[in-house]
This record gives sequence, structure tokens and C-alpha cells, in this order.
Amino acid sequence: MNKSILILKREYLTRVKKKSFIIMTLLVPLFMAALTILPTYLAMMDDKEERIIAVYDPTGLILNQLESNEFTRFHYIPVQEFQKLSKDFKSGNCYAVLHIPENILTTSRAEMISDKQVTFDVKNLVTNRIEKIIEGEKRKQVIDEIGVPDLEKKLAATKTNITVETIKLGEEGKAVKSSTEIAMAIGYAAGFLIYMFVFIYGTMVMRGVMEEKSNRIVEVIISSVKPFQLLFGKIVGIGLVGLTQIAIWLILGTAIKTGVTAFLGNGSAETAVHAQNIMAGQQMGQAVASTPAGQNQVAEILQMIGNLNLPLILFGLFFYFICGFILYASLMGAIGSAVDSDEDAQQMMLPVMMPLIFSIIILFAVAKNPEGPLAFWASIIPLTSPVIMMVRIPFGVPAWEIILSMVTLLATIMGTIWMAGKIYRTGILMYGKKVTLKEIVKWLFYKT
Amino acid sequence: MEIFQANNIVKEFVGHVALSSVSISVKEASIFGLLGPNGAGKTTLIRIINQITAPDSGELFFEGRPIKPDDIYQIGYLPEERGLYKKMKVGEQALYLAQLKGMSKKDALKSLKYWFEKFEIQAWWGKKVEELSKGMAQKVQFITTVIHQPKLLIFDEPFTGFDPINTNLIKNEILELKKNGTTIIFSTHNMSSVEEICDHIALINQSKKILDGQIDQVKEKFKTNTFEIIYRGETPDLQRQLGSHFDLLEHDESAQLKQMKVKFLSDQSNNELLKILMNQFEIVSFKEIIPSMNDVFIHVVEENNREIQL
Repeated sequence: MNKSILILKREYLTRVKKKSFIIMTLLVPLFMAALTILPTYLAMMDDKEERIIAVYDPTGLILNQLESNEFTRFHYIPVQEFQKLSKDFKSGNCYAVLHIPENILTTSRAEMISDKQVTFDVKNLVTNRIEKIIEGEKRKQVIDEIGVPDLEKKLAATKTNITVETIKLGEEGKAVKSSTEIAMAIGYAAGFLIYMFVFIYGTMVMRGVMEEKSNRIVEVIISSVKPFQLLFGKIVGIGLVGLTQIAIWLILGTAIKTGVTAFLGNGSAETAVHAQNIMAGQQMGQAVASTPAGQNQVAEILQMIGNLNLPLILFGLFFYFICGFILYASLMGAIGSAVDSDEDAQQMMLPVMMPLIFSIIILFAVAKNPEGPLAFWASIIPLTSPVIMMVRIPFGVPAWEIILSMVTLLATIMGTIWMAGKIYRTGILMYGKKVTLKEIVKWLFYKT
Repeated sequence: MEIFQANNIVKEFVGHVALSSVSISVKEASIFGLLGPNGAGKTTLIRIINQITAPDSGELFFEGRPIKPDDIYQIGYLPEERGLYKKMKVGEQALYLAQLKGMSKKDALKSLKYWFEKFEIQAWWGKKVEELSKGMAQKVQFITTVIHQPKLLIFDEPFTGFDPINTNLIKNEILELKKNGTTIIFSTHNMSSVEEICDHIALINQSKKILDGQIDQVKEKFKTNTFEIIYRGETPDLQRQLGSHFDLLEHDESAQLKQMKVKFLSDQSNNELLKILMNQFEIVSFKEIIPSMNDVFIHVVEENNREIQL
């Protein structure tokens, strides 16, 4: 045991002290911060430019109806000036000329003339405003034609916004306000986190084993410690490297977020939150987009998060995180011991990593229907359960399913560790022979 | 006293036998040569001594009692296929390996300092292993093998990768370790170094031990009763002069000092031969040809292979 700790210490320290680790650990949060802050920051920046738009409106439909906003001002011009500007745009002191043609009611077309590409925002603004005015105009004409009194008011009254609140019945029959979107978001995040962690650090275990084998240091080491102690120390050491990295990311992420919020000030922090919501919304399709916007939103989200079974989610995350890693890391360690070259390693890795990749493929399907048979089986079968069960837990899963999943996973881990240990101790001393799967199975039955 | 003993060790892998009933016993403070062609089973036996693998059957004794797991801290092992962590610093790595062998950090540092000074390699302490040449790395490995002052040292081809000067340095270190009471098991294909440093040898061929004994006794056993005589003078028809008891194997008259090799066919004393020759010419030297370990090795292994084929 003492020796395992020595090995663990070496595995941990050599990796944590590596330049690549330090750079990655520091850069990723900065990069993520830049990814979230930059669009918000830029969005806040570019509207600061003041633009004057000259409007020529022979129809008189929108005359004086276009409202200027803080940065875009509309300025109406007579026909002579319009003709002059059409010939020599530079003579005017405006950003663009908006021309409303006589037949706009029938064609629904207007044009904007400029010597540069009109920005998306300006075009959007102008289009929206004209649309509203023309729509109103058409509606007015129709209402006038039909001649029903107060029709406009009556029509306006039909306009409705519906919010469907999902309410989940708690165990004591208490109604709890839940949010499918939030459960989904947490499920995705947890599933992805486990997937990434297992993949990256599982591969690292394999590389570590291969390094020792190709360096030929392994025989010296196993003349001092048992092969199993070496593998054990390596897996735990590398697991701790991963946890360290995630811990640093969490701390840095929180620090950066606090710093940015303070720096940008309160008002813009809201914009930042809003922008993040939009981005999250894009990622998840319709999911978040339908959440009601407003000041209470954050409070409401917090309340709904509070309604989730947080201790269970955290425990589940911890459990599946660790167990998923140990399961795959021991398999990867066994592979690393059996192969001599990178190509062989790739080949052997694929079948082992298949279930993990499969769980990412079905992640979305499971999140959409967390009670379905696919979700159920994938969260019980141990090779996919670390990712899939974590996607399901935020939605609420019957206790017996969680227990069954955890027990199955633990039992599988025991079996896998035993198997990996057997393969490992034979594999690390096997050189120059291309190993087949059949041969590896034979190793399982070797005496010591 | 025997420090290590292996009785009737059997080890089979799927499809082939690596060791069939091999027994060796190694005397304390001696150098024991473990010889044999490639694939004979030497490495398997060494791994069994190091408890890296366990035998299928047979008994192992260390210091007269059955071997226990903790005995590996009394053993130092330099495998034939050896290496170090390339990205790790020399000092850190030596310290790590010493601690794995059960030394405390303090003792390990002290001991490492002594050896690094002795080999004059203090300057390498902070260097990464990948910056060292092969011979330099081998020196570091030698140190990490002996650092914990084991009672039993196992060297598998310790001289590969060393230049003649360093080979000599390591050889002297091995002899000094022996002088200080350490027992050494030495596995190599280099028969001249076996002759130089081993006290006792065992030869393994195709999973069986086929020869075992003190090195001088082994040589004695394989000598062919052949003598080399250098002389000055003329000798017409030498074979006829020698008669039926002696066989003339070689006769070289090209140089000023002429040379011949004579094999005794029956149990004659040396003086009988000398008597015959003395009348013919002036004898410059007369000596018995003792087979080299190289000759013994080739002779025994080839004979054994022939027997197995029959």
C-alpha cells in the first residue's frame, strides 16, 4: 500500500508539473471566458456608432412614423435631395438612403442605398419598423372596409401568450415546480463532463502504461512492487490529476465570472446572462428559448434548481465520475500493457471505447425521453451507465433503478479490475509480438 | 552457506515449457553465472527469483528459509531489457527507484550522493534522462540496482552498452560488491567475462539445466588431455616417433619456433611424452590446453541439442 502511494505521488506530480498541463489548465477557462464574454462585449460595442438614415417617402405612409433610437436616426428628405443623393451619395452626410416606393403596399419591397454594406442590425431595425407600419396600414384598410365597430380593439384582445408550467409531484404528493429545460441542461452537462473526463484521462492511463513498457522500465519497477500496485497507483494518480484540473477550472471559472461581472457593471452583466441564455438556447434547440424572459427569470431558475434533488445529483455525479473513470481506465491500462505500438493501441481502443461513444450518441435521445426503454437499459448496463444515468438523474429516477445501476457498475468494476490486472501483468513483459484478442483472453487464465 | 536455492522449478506457458525441474543453489558472497543460449529459460528463472512470476511447482529458499514477498527488498535486479523514464530527472528518478526498494528518502539521498560522487556523475543529477547517452543511462541504472545494498544482486547482461573503460569500471564494482559479502547472479552470453568473474556456473538449455559446477571443475571436466608444445629443432616423421599412445593433432613448422598439439590417447603421464620429445629437439614450452568457457558452452549445448533431436 505504501508503495502504491509512492507510485501515485510520482504519477500525479510528474503530470501536474508538466508545462502542457499548466498551460491547458490555465488557458481553457480563459478561452471559455473569452468565448462567452467576447460576443456580448462586441454586441455592446458596435451599436455605439451614430447613423443617420435619409428617408425618401413619396407615399407618405411612413412619414414621421419611423422612430429614431439612440444610435440610428431617421431624417426625411424631399424628392430633390433624393435625386441629388442618388447621383452623388457622398454629398449627403448620411449612412444610407431609404427609399419607399409608391407601390410598397402591393410589392412589399423597399430599398436602401449606401456606399457600403449596410449592417445586419440596421437592416433588421429598418425592416422591422417598416413591416409594422405597413402591416398596421393594411389592417386599418381592412377594418375600414368591413366596418365593424371597435374591431381593432377586439382583435388586439385575442392576442395571447401561453406559458406551460411543468409541475412534478413530489414523494409526499407535494407539487413541485420543475423545469424540463433545467433538468436537461444539468443532465447534458453532467453526461458530457463524465464522457470527456473518462475519455481524456482513460487515454492518459493507457499512454502511461505504454510509456513504461516501451521505456523498459517496467521490469525494474515490478521487481520492487506488484504489477497490480503499479497499475493501481497509476490509475488513482491520473484520476487525481483530472480532478485537480477540474477543481482549478471551477475556481478559475468562478473567479473570472465574478471579475467580469464586476468589471462590466450591473447592467451589462444582465446582457451577459441574456447572451449566455441565447447561446444555451441555440445549443439546445427550442429548450431554453421558451423560458419566460424577465427579471424574475434568474430567481425562478434558482428556485427550480433548488427543487431538483441536488444532493442526489451531486452524489451521482461523484459516484459515476469516479466509477466510470476506474472502469475505463483499468480497461485502457490493460490495452496499454498488451500493445507495442500506437497503431495497435488505436485498434484495440476502438472496441473498448465504443460503449462510451455510443452513450454520447444516444445522449440526446435519452434526454428527450428519460423514461424510455433505451434510457432505462443504457443506464443499467455498466459500460454506458456512467454517462446515461447522469443524464437521467436530474429528471428523477426511481430509487431501485439507481441502486441497480450502481450495484451493477460496482460489480463490473471489480471484475474489470481483476481482469485488467491479469492482462496487465502478462502484457507488460510481452515484447515484439503482435497480440490478438484471443491471446489476451488466454492471459486471463495464466497462473500469476 | 547458501543464500539462495531453487528446487525443481517448473514453469509452463501455454504451448511451451520454460523451465522443467531446474534446481540451482547459490553460495553466499560468490558470483554465480547463469548461462544458456537465447530462449533457454534464463529470464524466466530470473523473474521467478525476483517474484515477478511464480513457478508452477518447485521451492524457493532465501537465506535458508522459504522465500517471502518482502525478500525482494534484499534483491537488486538489473534486467536485460532496461530503461528509465525519459522525461524524468536523473536524481528524482534514482530517488524514486530507491524508495520503491524500501529505502527512506533520507537514506536514499545519502547513498545516492555517495554513488554519484564515486562515479563522478554529480552533474547529471538535474538532467533529464533523455539528455543522457546510452552508457550514461546504464551507469545510473547500475546505481539504482545496487543502491539499497541488497544481499543478492541479479545482473542480466550488465555490460551491454558500455565502452571498455566503463565495462572495466562496472566489473571492478561487481568484484568489490562480492568482496563486501554481496552474492551476485550473473547472466550473460559473454563467456570471457564469465571466466573472469564467476566462481560457479549453471548452464540451461531448452528449459533444462545441463551443467552445473565450480568454474575450474567444469573446465577440468571438459579438458581433452591435449598439450601444446613449442620447440626448436628438426623432427622428421613426428607421428611415428610419438607412437600409438599419442595423437598429433596439429603441427606448425612455418615459424622459427615450431608448435604442435598432441592428444593423449591412453592414460600416460606427461613425462612419457616429454621423454620421447626430449631426444628429438629442444623444448621451449609445454602446457596443457584448458578449454575456454566459450568452448565448453558450445560443446555442451550442441551435444545436448543433438541428444534432444535423437
